[in-house]
Formats: sequence, structure tokens, C-alpha cells
Amino acid sequence: MQRIGVFVCWCGSNIAATVDVDRVVAEAKVQPNVVFAQDYQYMCSEAGQGIIRNAIAEHKLTGVVVCSCSPRMHENTFRKAAERAGLNPYMVEIANIREHCSWIHKDKEEGTEKACVLMRAAVAKVLLNSPLKAGESKVTKRALVIGGGIAGIQTALDIADAGFEVDIVEKRATIGGRMAQLDKTFPTLDCSACILTPKMVEAAANEKVKLYTYSEVESVGGFVGNFHVKIRKKARYVKDDICTGCGACMAKCPSKKGLNEFNMNLNNRPAIYIPFAQAIPNVAVIDPEQCVKLKTGKCGLCEKVCTAGAIDYTQKDEIIEEEYGAIVMATGFQPIDASKFDEYSYSTCPDVVTSLELERLMNAAGPTGGVLLKPSDKTHPKSITFIQCVGSRDVSGRGKCYCSKICCMYTAKHAMLIRDKYPDVEVHVFYIDVRTPGKNFDEFYRRAVEQYDVDYIKGQVGKVYEEDGHLVVQGVDLIANEQIILNTDMVVLATAIEPDPTARKVASMLTASIDTNDFITEAHPKLRPVESPTAGIFLSGVCQGPKDIPETVSQAGAAAAKVIGLLAKDKLLTNPCVSHSNELLCNGCSCCEKVCPYGAISYEDKLINDHGVRETRRVCVVNEALCQGCGACTVVCPSGAMDLKGFSNKQIMAEVDAICR
Amino acid sequence: MQRVSAKVLSRVRELMADGTVTKVVGWKKGEFFYDCTPFVFETVESLDELVYDSFCAANLSKYMIKNSVIPEGQTGKVLVLLKPCDTYSFNQLLTEHRIVRENVYILGVGCEGMADIERVKAQGIKGITGASEKDGILTVETVYGNKEVAVKDVLVNKCETCKGKAHVIYDELISENEDEGAAGDRFEGVRALEAMTSEERFAFWKAELSKCIRCNACRNACPACSCRKCVFDNNASGIASKANTDSFEEKMFHIIRAFHVAGRCTDCGECTRVCPQGIPLHLFNRKYIKDINEFYGDYSAGETAGQRGPLINFTKDDVEPQIVSDREGN
Repeated sequence: MQRIGVFVCWCGSNIAATVDVDRVVAEAKVQPNVVFAQDYQYMCSEAGQGIIRNAIAEHKLTGVVVCSCSPRMHENTFRKAAERAGLNPYMVEIANIREHCSWIHKDKEEGTEKACVLMRAAVAKVLLNSPLKAGESKVTKRALVIGGGIAGIQTALDIADAGFEVDIVEKRATIGGRMAQLDKTFPTLDCSACILTPKMVEAAANEKVKLYTYSEVESVGGFVGNFHVKIRKKARYVKDDICTGCGACMAKCPSKKGLNEFNMNLNNRPAIYIPFAQAIPNVAVIDPEQCVKLKTGKCGLCEKVCTAGAIDYTQKDEIIEEEYGAIVMATGFQPIDASKFDEYSYSTCPDVVTSLELERLMNAAGPTGGVLLKPSDKTHPKSITFIQCVGSRDVSGRGKCYCSKICCMYTAKHAMLIRDKYPDVEVHVFYIDVRTPGKNFDEFYRRAVEQYDVDYIKGQVGKVYEEDGHLVVQGVDLIANEQIILNTDMVVLATAIEPDPTARKVASMLTASIDTNDFITEAHPKLRPVESPTAGIFLSGVCQGPKDIPETVSQAGAAAAKVIGLLAKDKLLTNPCVSHSNELLCNGCSCCEKVCPYGAISYEDKLINDHGVRETRRVCVVNEALCQGCGACTVVCPSGAMDLKGFSNKQIMAEVDAICR
Repeated sequence: MQRVSAKVLSRVRELMADGTVTKVVGWKKGEFFYDCTPFVFETVESLDELVYDSFCAANLSKYMIKNSVIPEGQTGKVLVLLKPCDTYSFNQLLTEHRIVRENVYILGVGCEGMADIERVKAQGIKGITGASEKDGILTVETVYGNKEVAVKDVLVNKCETCKGKAHVIYDELISENEDEGAAGDRFEGVRALEAMTSEERFAFWKAELSKCIRCNACRNACPACSCRKCVFDNNASGIASKANTDSFEEKMFHIIRAFHVAGRCTDCGECTRVCPQGIPLHLFNRKYIKDINEFYGDYSAGETAGQRGPLINFTKDDVEPQIVSDREGN
């Protein structure tokens, strides 16, 4: 005879305001096998947990139902409480009467009724629970960071600092990412390269950090603590261990038509190139689309001038296989394509540029050597107009619904730097709102307005077009409530940022979930912001949501701390709620194997004794270490041979019955 | 059909006599001449009873689950006669690892459509004692003399929307019309159901399914319903009793069964053909097939062995749940 205890939490007024907890307790008391029921203001508190522990001892409970918040919040708390009282932790069930009930109902009568139904279902389920024991798995003490921007570099350095090995996979030929392209950084205006390049050097020099540049993650298998990753090291056509980065090849290369991606395609580079002077590794790479030798078989000039003998036109992609305990996604962002916003004439007027292009035009290592010139005629502009929120907070459907967060600040930075360096240039900024939450951020913006006399106009721009050799901006000043027509020399678009397009592919390999904007979802938006819901996958930088550099670096450190916490363990407890197959019922049809996202299911020929009939059958075998308990196999199995511990078909059926009763 | 039939019978005899095969899964006459029932022939002499005529509608694929397993100490292959539509079921079972392919010799037999005795009777023909087919005309022998009827006018339900006369798998072929394509619009009935309001549709199914006597013929004939132990026979499944205690139990039985075969059903039509109550069960399956085609692109279960059905696959072009829910249950 089972003895069930039901504990109903008020969650302060979160539950109690919409659910009559007394009635839930009264209803619980009359449920079959329920021998104890009580409510309490905060069941998760020490005192609340004490009530559960005492009741387990006093009433010899064999199962516990806690009617409270989502199991994602406190299931573990209550399982531990039960365990401390000597009950198997898997004999605890949660009825979620907060997120599933009180928070979504206004009417107390309705809310109470639903809470009673959810309680009944949980009681029906717990009656079929069986004690489970978690297994153990090893932890490979090495981490993988995908993406070598500031987020990835910082995460890797922090992990290495704790003594663990860490590899960075970067798809470009150098680490450094977007930050390497920036000129100055807000709000202190220190030079981006000056603060980033030492970190890049540190990453290269740290013996615990291994860099795989010009490489991409090919496939990911395994599970937390035991990931098996294949990395594709793309052919550079240059031996990276021999190249000295002298640059002689770049000077001699006859093909100079390749667009310089580092300079936002504003100028050209040779077919063999080092992305920028401070690139790490300082090793050349050949662009096979541009290289005459690779395309036609003739040329070979770089090979002739290379005194080190580093050129190898026969190089092939290489697949490296490595084991990791944890994986950090730091895949970063890209600006959206501004040509979708045709009203700003970005694709037709060369003097309409994006903010990231402006960064390059103002950078001493950029195409103009740091002198601000109009791209069209290389003359000095007299007037520059900034347009904010190009594709951010967009309701037209062409851009992004979210705020890109960094644009207000970098536009203020650009405006200030231009006014500082070229006081003769007038600067206008069209904005919807100026958002400056951050330490010293608003002060920074105010300096742009008050000290540098930047003309901020609240309102949006309807059209930009070229007329008589200059640009015309048609906009609206909402404060003066009037139309504005401005003649200007350059227009800078603060384009929205979006996750790097590789994020989606990487996320699906890692089975990390993504939101509608392709940002990676956190395990909990407030309480677990650097973890993915998939165990062992962590998030660093803009791949999780728009962020500036200080925030990215803090998050990178937080992700590293979580990784270190994981790698410091010698063994991990595995989830005992895994699937298992009844060999007597298994048809061997392989449906479950095909739907398993974790590759946990395989088949083998086995001698089966089916009620006296002995025959060899092809049956399913579950690798419990790989299984994550998602249950996809149990649904697809036609004969019902597959079942999930802790969520058996029978338990779910019992819940449905209880709800429909 | 007659020419094909004669060739088939003699070829089977040859293959058995020369030892290529040691068993034949075919049809023989039952109590009535039109009851052509599946039968396993194990000697050359027994082949005298083998038939292949306009009443051999039964799909023999499912029988190969058991018969393709050669007991220890025995050798030789098992011959199975498969009509074009039957080969889809065979392939689907191969995909599900249910048939040992190397033990099977598939003799693909041409088909011009099978006749339904009930539809013959519905033509007003009474006192039927026998029938023979030639060039599409069925000569029905009755106690009142011979009557003639075109086979195309008395086709069994599944043949009215024939999916084509080509075999998708075989070792040897005896057929004269492999290149004839599909006939009829097989989703016509589904579209009619979709056009109903949900109340009308419920009333339709309630009326149809209340005829069900739970004889299990549909399940037993269905090649997709080939579980070692059916959930409806397994008390521990929690489903068997579900279907029995509901006030409208047949609804549960047929709907659960339709879900179980969704994506695996080759639309062989055996369920409707064997139903003694004349319930149009194939409409369930065709509804799923139509939905799968619309949501995931055209898919024909069993077209090739080893293919991965859309319901057990994931591609980036898969339909978004929103689109499914926007149809509000249609």
C-alpha cells in the first residue's frame, strides 16, 4: 500500500492569489493513497522543506507530490529534500500550479479547479513511479570554444587559467572576430586593437590553448562530459607551421581583385593574404577563388618568393577528431544586409555606408589610413548624417524586432570622434530613442550632444537619395513636428546585428535550441543565462543576444566559470530517466533509431526466449549514457516496446485519466 | 490476365521443380471459387491447387515475415507472388527489417485489376457458381446461364485507384502492362471528408465505425500491422483496455491503428477489402498520406527499400507547426 504526501505551495501570493490552496489540500486528502496533505507559504524554503522531510518520516510516505512552480525551477530542490529524509529522489512528482495555472488564470475559481486537476494527475503518476538510481559517466577534461572573437578568446583564456586544456575553432583565418575590425571602443575611447591584440597573443602563447583557425566544426556526437567532435581544418595552401608571416608573397601576388573582408570589402587584397597585420596566427592563406595557380595551374609566384618554402598548392582539408567535456558557443554576429532597406540607397550610393564600414574608414589600418574620406570621390565630407535603428526594432518585417543594443552607443562614439578630429564637419543623428543603460554610457552620450555639439534629431528617415553630387536626407523631426530635408555628404546606417549565419548550423549539431531570431536559447533567461538547455553546452557573447564588449567579456567569464565547474568534476551523475526497450515486444523496425537525436539507439541480433520460443531476433539496445530521456523513441515505437523510466507510457496514461476523471 | 496467369503457373512449377525455390507463397481456392486465400505450397504436387485469377486480391507480403525465416537445417528460397501494389508493402517491410530478403524469390506478376464478388452481385447477377476472365471481360457462370461483365466495372475498392502496374521490387517478372500508370484520384474521398464540418465528419465516422464488430480482420490483413505483439493484445500496454472501456470503443481502436501505420502505410487497401462490414477504413490512411504529401512533399511508402519516411525524419524544409495548427484540425 502506497502512502502519498501532497504539499501545496503558496509561492507567496504568486499561487495563493489565484488558487484556493485550502481547497487543493482538501481535495488532495481524498485522493486514493494520499495520507497527508498540507500547504505552506514557501515550500522551497528551509522551513517548507522541513515540512516535507518531517512528513516523510512521520507518515512513512512512499511518494511525494509538490504542487508548486515549474519542475525546471525546484524539482531538484524537492528531490534533494526527499533524499535527505531517506526517500528515493525519483519518488517525487511536481504539479506545476504556478506557470501552468496561477500565472495564466485570473479567475480564482477556474484557477483552483485547474490546480486540483494538476494535483490529481501528479498523484496518479507518482503512484506508478519506481525508485531510480543515477549512473555515472566520466568527464573529459578539455573544453572546445566555437568562435575566436573576444567572447571565445576570453572564455578560452579563463578556462586555461584554471588549468584545463581548451581548443578554439575559428572559421576565419585569424582569431579576433568583429572586435578586431573596430577602431575605438565606447565609453572610454581606447583603441580596440590595443586592448584586443594582447589577448589574441596571449591565446596563441598559452600552452593550454590550442587554436584551430580557418577551421569549422564538422560534427558533434556524445553528451555532456564526453563530446566527440570532428573539426574540418580547411586547406590554407600554406603550411602554417613553416610560414613566417613575412608578407613577401602578398607583395608579389598578381591577383589583387579579391575583396578585403576585414575592411568590409572597401578595398582589395591579393589572392594570398594575411587578413590584417596583427592576425593570429600570422600566417598567410590562399583564396582558392582568386588564386591563378589553383584556378589555371599557371603562376606559382608566391611559391618562388617564399624563402621558407611554406606554400603547398596540394594541401587538402583535414579532419581532426577530438574529445571534449564541455563546448562553448561563441559564434558572434554579423551586421544585417543593409540593401534590404532600399529607401536609404545603400546599394546605389557609395557614400551611404554602414557603421562597421565607417569603423574601417576611420581606422588607421583601414583602406584610407584613418583619414575620413567619402568613398565616392575620396574628398573630405563636410556633413555626415547618421540613421539609427536600420533594421532594429523593426515592424515592417524586413529587419529584426529586437533592439541591437550597441548602435546608440557606437553612433555617439562615431559622432564624437568625427567632431573631435574634424570640427568643420557637421553631424546629424536621426534616432527613435537613445538608449544608454550602462556604466558611464549616458554621460558618454551627453558629451556627444553637449561638448561636441552633435545634432540629435528625434525622428526617422524616410528616404535618402543623390542629387547634384550630394546626398539628400528626407526625414522628420518629431519634437519640432516638421519635415526635414537635409543636404549631406555621407550617410551612416546603424544596421541591426544578427547572429552569425553559422550559429544555426552549429546549434543543430549541438542540439542547442535557438529562438526565432536564431539567437541561442539560455537554460533560464535569468538564472542560467550562460548555459544552453542541452547539458554541457555553454553560451558566450552575442550568439545568445545583442551585447557590447564589456557585457560580452563578463558573460565570457561566466561561461568559463560554468565550464570550469563542470571540468573540475571527476564523474557526472547521469539522468536515470532514460528509455529502455522490451525485447519481447521489439519488432526490430529501426524507427526509434531514426528519430533518436542523440544516436543512443543501436540494434543487435540477440537470442530471445519468447515464452519458450527461442529465436535470434534483431532487437533495439539503448546506450543509457547517451540517452537524454527526450522520449521521441517511445512515441514512434509501433508496438510500445520502448518506454521511458520516470515517464512511462502507463504513467502518462494514468495522468491523462486523472485529468479526464 | 489469362495469358499472364498461365505463364505464372507454369513458371512457378518450373522453379519449384528445378530446386530454385523450396516453398511457394501463393493463393488457392477457398470454400467458394472467389475466395482466393493465401497458401504456402511445399511440394510440386500441391501446386495443382495454385491459382492466379481475377480474385487473387490478397496481398501476400505480410506472409513473408514468417516465411522468409528459414528454419535451421533447411535450405532453399521461398517464392512469393507479388502484384505491383503488393511490392510496395514488401519494400516497406524490408525497410523495417522484417523480411530476410536473401531467402525470398519474388515473382512479380502482372495485374489488370481484381474483381470484387460483391460488386458482381450488385450488378444483379445471382446464383453464381464460377467465373473466368479474358481480355478484361469476366464471364460469370450462374445457375441461370453465363453472364458477362467488364472487370473494370466490378473492381475491388483498392483497384479503382490503382497506383500503377509497375513492380518496385522483383527477381523475375511476368507482366504485360508494366508501363501502365496510376488510375483514378485516390484522394477524392478524403477531400469530400475535408469539406465536411467537424460535426458532419464526426457523424460520418460514428455511423461508419459503429458497424465495426472488432473482428480484427483489418489489423490481421494489414502489412503495416505486423508487430510481434499488437498493443491491443497486450494488456500491459494500457491501450487494450482503453479501447474496450470507451463507450465508443471502435473509434479508439481504428484511430489508434491509423496512427500506428501513419507514414508506413503503402495504401495497399487490404483493410477496406477484408472488412466484412464494408467500413471505408482506407480513408483514414489516405488522409494521413495526403497530409504527409502536403506537409513534407510527395512520399510513397515502400517505393524503395531503405527509404526514410517523413515522420521519422527531420529536414529544414519540414512544415512549421503553425501551418498545421492554422488548418484547425483539417
